[in-house]
Amino acid sequence: MDALLALTVGVLVSGAVYLMLSRHLVRFLFGLILLSNAANLVIFASGRTTLALPPLVPDGLEAPAVTVANALPQALILTAIVIGFGLLAFAMVLAYRAYQSLGTVDTDAMRVAEPDVNGAGEAAEEPAPARSEAA
Amino acid sequence: MDSLILRTATRLIVALMLIFSLFLLWRGHNLPGGGFIGSLVAATAFALYAMACGPAAVRAALRVDPRLIASVGLLIAMVAGVLAVFAGDPFLTGLWSKPEIGGAVLPLGTPLLFDIGVYLTVLGAVLSIMLALEERED
Amino acid sequence: MTGPAASEAPAGHGSGTTALRWLAPVLPLALFLALLTLLPAITGGQTVRVAWSWVPSLDVQLSFYVDGLSLLFALLITGIGTFIFLYAGTYLHGHPRLARFYLYLTLFMASMLGLVLADNLITLFVFWELTTVSSYLLIGFDCEKAEARRNALQALLVTGIGGLAMLAGFILLGTAAGSFELSEINADGAAIREHALYLPILALVLAGAFTKSAQFPFHFWLPNAMAAPTPVSAYLHSATMVKAGIYLMARVHPTLGGTDWWMWTLLLFGAVTAVWASLMAVRQTDLKLMLAHTTVMALGTLTMFLGAEVKIGIAAAVTFILVHSLYKASMFLVVGIIDHETGTREVDRLGGLRKAMPITFLAAAAAGFSMAGFPPFLGFIGKELKYEGALAITHAPVFMTAAALAANALMVAVAATVVFRPFLGQRTETPRAAHEAPWSMWIGPAVLATLGLVFGMAPGIVGVRLVEPTVEAILYRPEDVSLKLWHGINLPLMLSVLTVLLGLAAFRWRKPLAGGLNWLVRVLPTTGDRAYDATLAGMMAFATWQSGVLQNGRQRRYLLVVVATFVLAVGGTLVVFDGVAWPTNWSVPLYAWGVLALILAGTAGTILTRSRLGAVTALGAVGTGSAVLFLMYGAPDVAMTQLMVETLVVVIVALVLPHLPGLASRGHSGRFGRWRDCVVAIGAGTVVALLVLAVTTVPLDRDLTTFFEQASVPEAFGRNIVNVILVDFRAIDTFGEVAVVAIAGLASYALVKSARRRRGAK
Repeated sequence: MDALLALTVGVLVSGAVYLMLSRHLVRFLFGLILLSNAANLVIFASGRTTLALPPLVPDGLEAPAVTVANALPQALILTAIVIGFGLLAFAMVLAYRAYQSLGTVDTDAMRVAEPDVNGAGEAAEEPAPARSEAA
Repeated sequence: MDSLILRTATRLIVALMLIFSLFLLWRGHNLPGGGFIGSLVAATAFALYAMACGPAAVRAALRVDPRLIASVGLLIAMVAGVLAVFAGDPFLTGLWSKPEIGGAVLPLGTPLLFDIGVYLTVLGAVLSIMLALEERED
Repeated sequence: MTGPAASEAPAGHGSGTTALRWLAPVLPLALFLALLTLLPAITGGQTVRVAWSWVPSLDVQLSFYVDGLSLLFALLITGIGTFIFLYAGTYLHGHPRLARFYLYLTLFMASMLGLVLADNLITLFVFWELTTVSSYLLIGFDCEKAEARRNALQALLVTGIGGLAMLAGFILLGTAAGSFELSEINADGAAIREHALYLPILALVLAGAFTKSAQFPFHFWLPNAMAAPTPVSAYLHSATMVKAGIYLMARVHPTLGGTDWWMWTLLLFGAVTAVWASLMAVRQTDLKLMLAHTTVMALGTLTMFLGAEVKIGIAAAVTFILVHSLYKASMFLVVGIIDHETGTREVDRLGGLRKAMPITFLAAAAAGFSMAGFPPFLGFIGKELKYEGALAITHAPVFMTAAALAANALMVAVAATVVFRPFLGQRTETPRAAHEAPWSMWIGPAVLATLGLVFGMAPGIVGVRLVEPTVEAILYRPEDVSLKLWHGINLPLMLSVLTVLLGLAAFRWRKPLAGGLNWLVRVLPTTGDRAYDATLAGMMAFATWQSGVLQNGRQRRYLLVVVATFVLAVGGTLVVFDGVAWPTNWSVPLYAWGVLALILAGTAGTILTRSRLGAVTALGAVGTGSAVLFLMYGAPDVAMTQLMVETLVVVIVALVLPHLPGLASRGHSGRFGRWRDCVVAIGAGTVVALLVLAVTTVPLDRDLTTFFEQASVPEAFGRNIVNVILVDFRAIDTFGEVAVVAIAGLASYALVKSARRRRGAK
């Protein structure tokens, strides 16, 4: 069971990191979505997983009679999902707003706070995602 | 997507989804559901409504600004916590009362109030973002 | 240097400042008198100890201990302090920041007193650092001068770094001894000397003492510190600051002293410092700088003699502490008067002041004779003891005697320069017409220099009362010490005569000597001061370089560094400590593999697609896949939430994406960049997967979960345990989380609407 989750998490993290290493802000945000999925699964796995019953107490009992799934990580993930959604929505709006103000989604060119005094360190071989593509 | 059938069907579906979301909220303490899930279902319903009839229709249906919904939700959640303080318990301790109505016990407690606060906060927040994005004039 | 500042300030600062001038010296005077009442008991061989609990859990006490050694220093600090406080009131009269000056000076004096009276090592360290900080404020008092700021910082850095080394040494010492109280550690010093950590302790403690007391090669900060106003220099150089290192070495002498390491280290560093500093003193033309270098010489001499184990060597050191404090304070104050009255300190521009300033001249002469070691001044006794001690030292007595002789002879030359050149000979033109200083300024040097004469003629006053208990405290055994002016015609006396002859010769040929030394300093590959500048510049250059590399404002670069560090650090740890746990059980239902395939396809699709619609679909597949996983493993609430969120994510992304540029560009820098990012990404995925596997092999502590399962129905009246945790058991977490969601919603709303308003305004 855990092997499957570990494999899933590994795939998601690899994809997320690769996307987040992109200059393209939209791809970075895609990476963020994948990474929050991966993070939720890591919390889930750390609570141990079996093909068990949901953590509900049957009617008439004071406590679950058989082993049920670990409720604690589920509660943590549930809020994490909602928070992750809030973060993503905000990041999306921020990206949209930044593009309107700066005219680019190239994170290397978004240097209002830290102007590039030394000139570009790494020559960009690929054409940077630019305003022209937006049309 | 200006289609009469879609608009009519959507109204029905949205109404059903909203009722379902309240049902999820209510039963969440004992069965899968709760404030988070309920609010997300409601938000999805309004998203559907906005697609079919436009953001203005959603605003009209809501009657209040979604930001107000979020703020009131947060306030309710806080009140649910502060009630316990007035009762002499730590913040957010659950307080219960079980009035008997016609022989059936109706458990009412501050956790339910808190869950309602969660429901409204999340719904208001999601709707704020969505409506703001939908209402762009371009 | 600061003298002229007085005239720049607007005159008359109200009666408040005037009252302060006369009230301030009362504090050190009262302390001095209070301490003096302890003298009979200390002379009688008693000690006083008081302690309060401070940080009991760390074995730190606010404890103080008075024996001969601490009393000698405390008396010097308060006694000389009284005159410094008095002098400063006149010297800085009308200065706009006089009140602040007194605040710093009082803080400094209090720190110094705490330092010499502390019994607990940590207490001592705290006061030690307080002297560093308060001396920083004093040296940089003329903060509008770049030089003062630089030199204050230099003193802070050099002594501060030494202080940190000393703290490490103290912690080792306290741990090795099993006590942080010096009085207890010194009672069983042999245990430390035989301890395995003796050498590290010695090296670290001496690093603190040597930096504070300006031993070669850390000597450079002290002459620079004379950027301070003259009363401060007089105080720092005579009785306080730099003597802290000397005090420390004397204080730990019973524990760390007596070994070959101790003796050779102190003898060599002390001798080199003394000789080098006295050479540097001779080449100066600024009177204050000249004196500053002689302070370094005195500190070298003291270090050298504290290396000794024989009584006479320690007695020489203790006597010299007293001698030096008296004449050095007088000399500095005299130079301050000259500066204040004439407007210059350049030795070549001064001359013939004796008529204009007779009292100052007499005080300077008395101090100068004591400094040069002429009978019947206390300085003579000090010098005789030094020769006697140097000859008696068990390690390299000839070398020590030669070093003492060279340093002493040059002292004679400097004393002659400071006394003769400004006061005798032809009267010269000076920037200001010289007058005698007000009494509040000359009283200090006059009294202190007179004491040098009185103590010299009647050495019994201080010998048994003060020097003997101090020697006993340093050697930690009873000793008989009697100071005598006349020892008969013997080798030390011969050496004294030779000293004076050599010194006068050096004074006579001062110019060529200084010329030769100036040439030497020019051709030296480096000096302490230059090395300090180079080190500081190097650190700045390194900081600039590494900021450029790591903090260059490129979000990708930050992420790359963070992720690569994570992969190497965590992955490395996993491999090195054998934490890799390969899964043994691959028996997973077939449909589970189907879910994995869905997530894999979704991830690959997100990466590969150049279509926005494709990307949204692929992300949806990943989210749905996770939801199915949650459902499979008994988490229906999570699964439902995930599904609903996934729907809403698609809505939001679909709303935003059309207004952002397409995905034609992947945004990796060339083929190399693509491969590098690929390697880092796969590394990160692998390490996280291995971590998950490693975590899940450890047995789980289900206590908390069990509690929630048991308490959910009876205490919270809920059968859905997940929901009960959310709204009851951990409701405060949930409250914080929904608050975050609400803020995200409101902020997003504001962001979008503000864009519209701006466009509307155009």
